[in-house]
Amino acid sequence: MSKTVLMKGNEALAESAIRAGCTHYFGYPITPQNEIPAYMAKEMPGRGGCFLQAESEVAAINMVFGASGSGARTMTSTSSPGMSLKQEGLSYLAGAELPCVVVNMMRGGPGLGGIAGSQADYFQATRGGGNGDYRSIVLAPGNVQELADLTVDAFELADKYRMVVTILGDGYLGQMSEPVILPEPEKKASVKPWAVSGAKGREPNKVMSLRLSPEDYLEKHNIHLQELYRKVESCETRAEQYMTDDAQYIIVSYGTSSRIARKAVKKLREEGVKVGLFRPITLWPYPMKELHELSKKVKKVLTVEMSAGQMLEDVNIAVNGAAEVDFLGKMGGAVPESGEIMKIIKSYG
Amino acid sequence: MMDENLIYTKPDSLREKKTHYCPGCGHGIVHKLIGEVMDELDIREKTIVIAPVGCSVLIYDYLNCDGIEAAHGRAPAVATGVKRVHPESIVISYQGDGDLLAIGTGETIHAANRGENITVIFINNAIYGMTGGQMAPTTMPDQITKTTPYGRDVDNTGYPIRACEMINTLVAPVYIERTSIHDVKNIRKTKKAIKKALTNQKEGKGYSFVEVLSTCPTNWGVNPVTAAKWVETAMVPYYPLGVFREEKEKV
Ligand code: SF4
Repeated sequence: MSKTVLMKGNEALAESAIRAGCTHYFGYPITPQNEIPAYMAKEMPGRGGCFLQAESEVAAINMVFGASGSGARTMTSTSSPGMSLKQEGLSYLAGAELPCVVVNMMRGGPGLGGIAGSQADYFQATRGGGNGDYRSIVLAPGNVQELADLTVDAFELADKYRMVVTILGDGYLGQMSEPVILPEPEKKASVKPWAVSGAKGREPNKVMSLRLSPEDYLEKHNIHLQELYRKVESCETRAEQYMTDDAQYIIVSYGTSSRIARKAVKKLREEGVKVGLFRPITLWPYPMKELHELSKKVKKVLTVEMSAGQMLEDVNIAVNGAAEVDFLGKMGGAVPESGEIMKIIKSYG
Repeated sequence: MMDENLIYTKPDSLREKKTHYCPGCGHGIVHKLIGEVMDELDIREKTIVIAPVGCSVLIYDYLNCDGIEAAHGRAPAVATGVKRVHPESIVISYQGDGDLLAIGTGETIHAANRGENITVIFINNAIYGMTGGQMAPTTMPDQITKTTPYGRDVDNTGYPIRACEMINTLVAPVYIERTSIHDVKNIRKTKKAIKKALTNQKEGKGYSFVEVLSTCPTNWGVNPVTAAKWVETAMVPYYPLGVFREEKEKV
């Protein structure tokens, strides 16, 4: 039986990536995710993988592009300012339909900001910061165990849909140590007949995003991408509901802030307040239907996040007037406190 | 019946496809040389060409091998990713001057510095071709382009960068040569250089860099003959031809 170990979030993620068959890691140092490249540098050479410290975030994501286009399971990791630099690469990966996993352990911004955890890159992650009509799957783990498990899922989803999958954590989650049972995924070879490998005994493969004839080719490609995204929306949306069955109020929160929201829910329940937590696990696709259905049954929806109100927009779209939506946001590395959340919820009664 | 004696054929490594290049453009010549060398070294089925952003972005439509298209300037990083997954393959990063020396300078230097076992073929035609003739990092002093309408003012925009000389300051590269395609003799030398660079890679020796002084008659606003002459008279004196490095520097 698998045993429980105590691990930092960043290290649990790195180990899980290797177990998920990630053979090529490219990255550039940035706090607060430096444990990931350090772990990869130590582990990958001895386990048949390739670790390479790139000269820049831009180079790292383009190395990922090359490795992914060559058929490998590959990843990079960074934190917010680094993620900004990777946007060009993400757009090209989306255009060429190349699978890969990108980790953003968010920190506060804008600009160099700070190194404490934050959730202020929600727009960037879910709307896409690169050019063009594209989407990336965005997974938002809430604890170290989930971080480990979702890392395996991320590689599976990336290959299944030939998409970029972003693991959107934050500095707190990456740095915290928690007990974790490391995943032991089945080893299965993923077949990628589209990848470049040398055209031996077959027609040459082309991996590219340039589509020059606008009347049919680029438009057709975009229609294809949108069909793919609709499929992901209908098949891969995930959320956790905690104590929502009889709830009069719900808190919507993800990642680190959802941990505090959960604590507030527990305490409020002890005091007899009927409150529950709705925690999106996929931020794109966002669990719109689930949240809408739930919001029809409650009086009020409180969105809690560590930003000025980014997920709030998706909550408003999902709720769509079915209940009143309130907001508590903390910025620049500040975290909401459970007492504060409790006070707001109690003020509703 | 007349006896037919076939003395010239298209290499298998080139596709049956008309290129989109302008008359007198150097890209077509260099593509053909690469195709011939790929045939001669029997590497077509192992070769992966990295297409840059620039006039040669469609190189994968002309070379009969696998191709992957990089973002502007990122070809050496993409090449690194490819080569790390397929160390036995032959990876060619084919790049123009804006790609290699402006937006992608960082990628260029660091792939060379790591000694990636790849071949970089650098087409230096002293101008941005695809975007309609703007100043390149290799544009000559006083050269007129769309963005230097009064001639390149070196006090304002700096001097043309010499790529071979710059890369020659690094320890890892095994082979650095600058050639030209302005006449038949130099085209032959260019082929020799490409062959040497690809042979190095085949033998696992490491990073090879071939800079080819080339023509862009369209954006230079001259005919192909004058363009070739201009390479010889204006570019060669500033960009000396020859081998800069034939083996890894000893440290
Ligand atoms: S614009 Fe210049 S470089 Fe581009 S194809 Fe025409 S001649 Fe060649």
